[in-house]
Amino acid sequence: MPGGPILQRLTDQFGAGLVETHEYRGDTTAVVERRVVTDVLRACREEPALGFDVLMDLTAVDYSKYPGREDGPRFEVVYHLYSIAHNHRLRVKVRVDEDDAVVPTAVPLWPIANWFEREVWDMFGIRFADHPDLRRLLMYEQFVGHPLRKDYPINRRQPLIGPKA
Amino acid sequence: MSTRETREFMLGEGSGTGSGGQTLQLGVGPAHPAMHGIIRIAAEIDGEYIRKADVEIGYLHRAFEKDCEVGGYNNAIPYTDRLNYVSPLINNFAYASAIEKLLGIEVTERCKYIRTIMSEISRVCDHLTCVGASAMELGAFTVFLYMIKAREFLWELVEDVTGARLTISYGRVGGVKADLPDGFAAKVATAFKETREVLDEVHRLLTGNRIFMDRMVGVGALSREETLAYAITGPLLRAVGVPYDVRRAQPHWAYDRVEFEIPTQKDGDNYARYLVRMAEMEQSMRIAAQALAMIPGGPINVDFEGRPLDPAAYVDQGKQGKTEGLLLHTIRLSPNLQGQNRPAWEQVNTRDKRVILPPKETAYGSIEGLMNHFMLIMEGYGIRPPQGEAYFAAEGANGELGFYVVSDGTDRPYRVRCRPPCLPPVAALPRMIQDEMIADLIPTFGSVNMIGGELDR
Amino acid sequence: MGVGSFFTSKLDEAIGWARKYSIFQYPFVTACCGMEYMATACSHYDVDRFGAGLPRFSPRQADVLFVVGTISHKMAPVLKRIYDQMTEPKWVVAFGVCTCTGGFYDNYATVQGIDTIIPVDVYIPGCPPRPESVLDGLMKLQDKIATQTQRF
Repeated sequence: MPGGPILQRLTDQFGAGLVETHEYRGDTTAVVERRVVTDVLRACREEPALGFDVLMDLTAVDYSKYPGREDGPRFEVVYHLYSIAHNHRLRVKVRVDEDDAVVPTAVPLWPIANWFEREVWDMFGIRFADHPDLRRLLMYEQFVGHPLRKDYPINRRQPLIGPKA
Repeated sequence: MSTRETREFMLGEGSGTGSGGQTLQLGVGPAHPAMHGIIRIAAEIDGEYIRKADVEIGYLHRAFEKDCEVGGYNNAIPYTDRLNYVSPLINNFAYASAIEKLLGIEVTERCKYIRTIMSEISRVCDHLTCVGASAMELGAFTVFLYMIKAREFLWELVEDVTGARLTISYGRVGGVKADLPDGFAAKVATAFKETREVLDEVHRLLTGNRIFMDRMVGVGALSREETLAYAITGPLLRAVGVPYDVRRAQPHWAYDRVEFEIPTQKDGDNYARYLVRMAEMEQSMRIAAQALAMIPGGPINVDFEGRPLDPAAYVDQGKQGKTEGLLLHTIRLSPNLQGQNRPAWEQVNTRDKRVILPPKETAYGSIEGLMNHFMLIMEGYGIRPPQGEAYFAAEGANGELGFYVVSDGTDRPYRVRCRPPCLPPVAALPRMIQDEMIADLIPTFGSVNMIGGELDR
Repeated sequence: MGVGSFFTSKLDEAIGWARKYSIFQYPFVTACCGMEYMATACSHYDVDRFGAGLPRFSPRQADVLFVVGTISHKMAPVLKRIYDQMTEPKWVVAFGVCTCTGGFYDNYATVQGIDTIIPVDVYIPGCPPRPESVLDGLMKLQDKIATQTQRF
C-alpha cells in the first residue's frame, strides 16, 4: 500500500491519537501520542492490510538543539516498521518530555525491541515501562550519563582504568 | 525440579557437589579465539548443554553516531567505512544515498553502476571472510587460507579503484570519489575467475564433508516466525525461506537493471546459512559482471583539443591569473589519481553544485569554481540539506543496512542512526544456542557473522 | 654494550636469536585492523616465514601480545587482565593507529592509546596498516628482542 492509504487507516482508527502525519521524500511518517502508541503498533502488526511484521529499527532523537524545537518535547522515539508481505514501510514517532521520559515497551509485540530499547535507554535515558530487563547495552555499567544526548560533550572521558584525561 | 543454584567457578573446574540441578556459569569472551569480534556470552551450562545465555555487547562501541554530528556530511564517510569493515563500500554508499534521499537529488547513471559493482565486490569479500573464518573455527584451516587468497585478489581490485584495501572512503554525497581506472573490466574478470576456482575447491572440501555437515546441520536453527519476530534480515532470513532482499524489494542504484537470483534454503540452521552465502557469492559476481558490461559512459572521452598539462603547472598558471583557456586544458594526473580528472568527474558525480566539490581544473581555472569549492569546504557552509529526515535501506552483507538521518538545515548532520544488520541475529543468539552443546556455540556464532564495528557502532 | 663476560653476551645473543624467531603471538583482535592482521597471517603476506605464524589463543602460552584494533573503555580492563596473565618475557605490539593514540576516535568511548594502560614495545601506525607495515613492525620487534638484555 502506498503511504497515503496507510496513514488513512491509522487516522480512521486512532483519530485523535495521531498528532501529525506526513510523507516526505517517499517516507511515510505518523507522529502519535504516547497513550496510544502500543495500540497503534499492535494495529500495525496485526491488521492484515497493514501487516507490519518486522520492527526494523527503534531509536530516538534528542531535539533540544534543533532550531525551532528547543522548547518542545525533548525526545522523539522513532519506530521503523516494515511489512514483508506488502513491501511497505512506516515510521511511527512518539514525542516525550525530558522529565517524563517513559514510553510503553514494544517487547510483547516484537522481541527484538528488547535490545533496541536497551540501547535507547543507554544512549538517551528514555525508560520503557514494563521492559523485562532494562540495562545498558553498549556502555559499561559504571558509566554515568547518556552519551547521545546533546548536552553530553563528546570527549568527556570516564575511563574504568587508566588516566582520567 | 530441584532448586537451581548457580555458582561462579573458574573456567574448566567442576560444578557443584553432585547434588544435581546445578548449572555452571561459563564466560565465553570478550577476548575469545573465534576471531569474529569482541562479545561476551555468559552461558549457564548443565554438563555440555547451554541452558541459558546472556549476550553482552558494546566492547567496540566507538561513538559512531555521536562522531557523525561533529563535522560536515562528508566528514562521516570514514566513520562509515569502519562500521562493517569487511564490506566498507556498501556502508559508504548507503550513507551517501541516505543524504541524497534527504536532499532529493539523483546520482548519474554511471555512478549507480559503479556503486553496484563495488558493492557486490565488497559483498563477496564479506562472505569469503565469514565462511572462511567459520570454517577455520571448525578446524578447516585450509579453507580459510584459500578464501583469504581469493579475498586478496578482490582487494587488489578495490585498491585499483579506491586507493586503499580496507578503509576506502570512496563514496561521496552526490557521487563517488573518482571513476573506474582503465582496464578494470579485464582485472575484474581475472579476479572473479580466481574466486570461482577457490569457491569450487571449497565446495569440494566442505559442502559434502561428513564432519562439516555433522557440526553444522541442525545446529543453531531458528524458525521462520522467530526470525521475523527478531527482525533478522539478510542471509539468515533467506536461510529460513523468506526471499526478502532489499535489492529486489526496493531496488536502488542499478539493481533493477541486472538479473540475479535470491538463493534461499528451508532449514534455517548453520548449514543452510552456509549454502546461502556460497550461492550469494556466485550471484554477486554475476551482478558485477553484468553491470560492468552495461555500464554507460564507456571509455573516458576527451572531446576537445587541449595539450595535457601537469597539475603543478596548471595551478601555477591559475595563481598567476593566466586563466584564459585553462578550462579547456586536461590535466595529466599521476596514475594513482586516475579517474579524477574533469571528464571522468563529470560522469560519476551529480551536477549539483551545492553538494559536490568541483574538479580541480575548474577550482583552479575559474573564479566560480574556486567559490564553489570554498562554499562547500568552509565551516558553516557546505552541504546543507533542508530540515527533515530520511531513512534509506541498502542490502548489506548481513541484511538490511539502514541509515536514518535527521537534518536541521545546517552543514552538520543533526542525527545519524545506523540500523545494524547484525544486531538482530546477535540478539537472537541466546535463542539459537538454547539447549545446544557448548561446541555448537562456535559454528552458530560464526554463521551469524557478527561484525563488531557494525554491532556496537 | 654487554655488561659481563664474553660468555654471557654470547649466550644473550643466542637466546635472543631463538626468541626472535619463535614468536608465539596472542592476537587480541577487536576491529578493522583484524582484517589486515588476517591478511598478514595468511598466504599472500605470510607471517609464518618470520617464525611468528602460530597464534596461541591463550595469553598464558603466548609471548607477544598483538593488540589489533580499537580498545574501548569497556574493553580496557579485559586487555589489562590479559596482559597480566602473560608470563615474562612478553612484548606488546600496538597494531593500528587506534591502539597507538586512539586514532580519529577522540570521544568518550575510546582509550587514547593503549600505552596509557600497558607498556608497548612497537607501534605500527596505519588505519589499517598495510601488511608490509606490519611485517616491518614485526622485524623491528625482532631486532628489539634480539638486542635486549635477556633475562631467564
